[in-house]
Amino acid sequence: MYQTRTIVKNVLTSHSSSKHYIASLNLLRKFSSDDKYRIKEEFHGRPLYLDVQATTPLDPRVLDSMLPYFTHYYGNPHSRTHAYGWEAEAAVEQARTYIADIIGANPKEIIFTSGATESNNIAVKGVAKFYGAKKKHIITTQTEHKCVLDSCRALEAEGFTVTYLPVQENGIISMEDLDKAITPETSLVSIMTVNNEIGVKQPVAEIGALCKQKKVFFHTDAAQAVGKVPLDVNEMNIDLMSISGHKIYGPKGIGAIYIRRRPRVRVEALQSGGGQERGIRSGTVPAPLAVGMGEACRLAKKEMAYDHAHICKLSKRLLDQICGSLSHVVRNGDPEQSYAGCINLSFAFVEGESLLMALKDVALSSGSACTSASLEPSYVLRAIGADEDLAHSSIRFGIGRFTTEEEIDYTAKKCIKHVTRLREMSPLWEMVQEGIDLKTIQWSQH
Amino acid sequence: MSKKIDILKLYKSLMRESQKIPDYNFRNYALRKVRDSFKANSSITDATLLKNEVQDAFKNLDIMKRQAAIGQMYSAEKLVIENIENDIKSW
Repeated sequence: MYQTRTIVKNVLTSHSSSKHYIASLNLLRKFSSDDKYRIKEEFHGRPLYLDVQATTPLDPRVLDSMLPYFTHYYGNPHSRTHAYGWEAEAAVEQARTYIADIIGANPKEIIFTSGATESNNIAVKGVAKFYGAKKKHIITTQTEHKCVLDSCRALEAEGFTVTYLPVQENGIISMEDLDKAITPETSLVSIMTVNNEIGVKQPVAEIGALCKQKKVFFHTDAAQAVGKVPLDVNEMNIDLMSISGHKIYGPKGIGAIYIRRRPRVRVEALQSGGGQERGIRSGTVPAPLAVGMGEACRLAKKEMAYDHAHICKLSKRLLDQICGSLSHVVRNGDPEQSYAGCINLSFAFVEGESLLMALKDVALSSGSACTSASLEPSYVLRAIGADEDLAHSSIRFGIGRFTTEEEIDYTAKKCIKHVTRLREMSPLWEMVQEGIDLKTIQWSQH
Repeated sequence: MSKKIDILKLYKSLMRESQKIPDYNFRNYALRKVRDSFKANSSITDATLLKNEVQDAFKNLDIMKRQAAIGQMYSAEKLVIENIENDIKSW
């Protein structure tokens, strides 16, 4: 490290003597050709995919179930006068049954939407507006997905009050806080099942029981949970649930919302139209996508235990390798109460974006795909009280059904290599190695 | 169909079809899944249950054949680690 700095310094200060300048440039070039410090790495082929929280690959079995509805059976499922409509309708209803099965619901309680974002909008805005005349208060958490938070912001502009519950350091809400936040004015509590950035599982069953006792509707965004963790809407007292197709190896562009019928939950429709899906979501149901989502749910239910065992094994393998070779690695979110397929790690003294740039041959993300364009640290990590520097150095590893052991080993190896390289370039890391406590340093202001 | 030799045949053809899937992740999943399913189902003695599993396996064999063909039609570049494996082999 010292050597590099001297060379750089020589290069920077030796403008006067061109001979010296060229010599040191050559030296720098020679030095940078050393593999250890090389940023640009050459690789052949497509990067590995370890970002299954953003989207999952479409399972070939799902594609196989969808293709007939893209080719021969193209009828509108709402056409009641001919066979084309009937066959499409039968397929959509079969898919609805599969989706209902995976969450222990009745098929009549499943409404097809365009995705979990639309489902969340219908749940939050729909319930709030329908009961808005009497109840004008909503509770959610600070770590929700953007679409829930944004729906709440929109409601605030319309005169509703929203409580954004803080989470504890492990990412889980405190039941006491929730209990205190519920007022007679509260119409809806919206808390996600599994967090998309840190994989933390909220105590959904407890929240459901509390909401039932207080006679408040409970909505949960289960886009990251359905098909991965066992869910039962009746056991857990869930009144509304958002489901996404493309997070469970299904197609993009379709999702569903579960809306309880007994006791009935009413929502105001956001979209006007032909009154399909019991008037809650007008617009033709895309039969091929619905069939795909149904098949994805059927497979997920059948193979939940098998997939879970595989994902847990790989998750442990990745953690053991990384934490075995690197120090100062922090796992964000509760390690016990979380979904094994989502590992969010902060590598101290390494800038997350630099690491992502270096790991070009592995598709990773520093957090939610929706916010990956901004360089701001994740609001989820800030909500769990992560220091600014640690929030900037986080990487999310997503493991799914199709991830292999070799991919995990490759990722761990590359990650360890680049974290070590980036740390060796960091003056902060050098100070820590020398035993200086960074918190005690008085940084001078310029 | 429940004869042992027929089931072994089915297993072999499933493994052979799995090998033909061009996508690295799907191929490895298929191989793992076929192997694990046959291992897990080897203890089944109930005739109807066994029949269902065998029927499922035949369905999956058809799906694999179709999907392998589709995969070959829309082929993509190989993954980084596949190329590494190839590099090692070519040494």
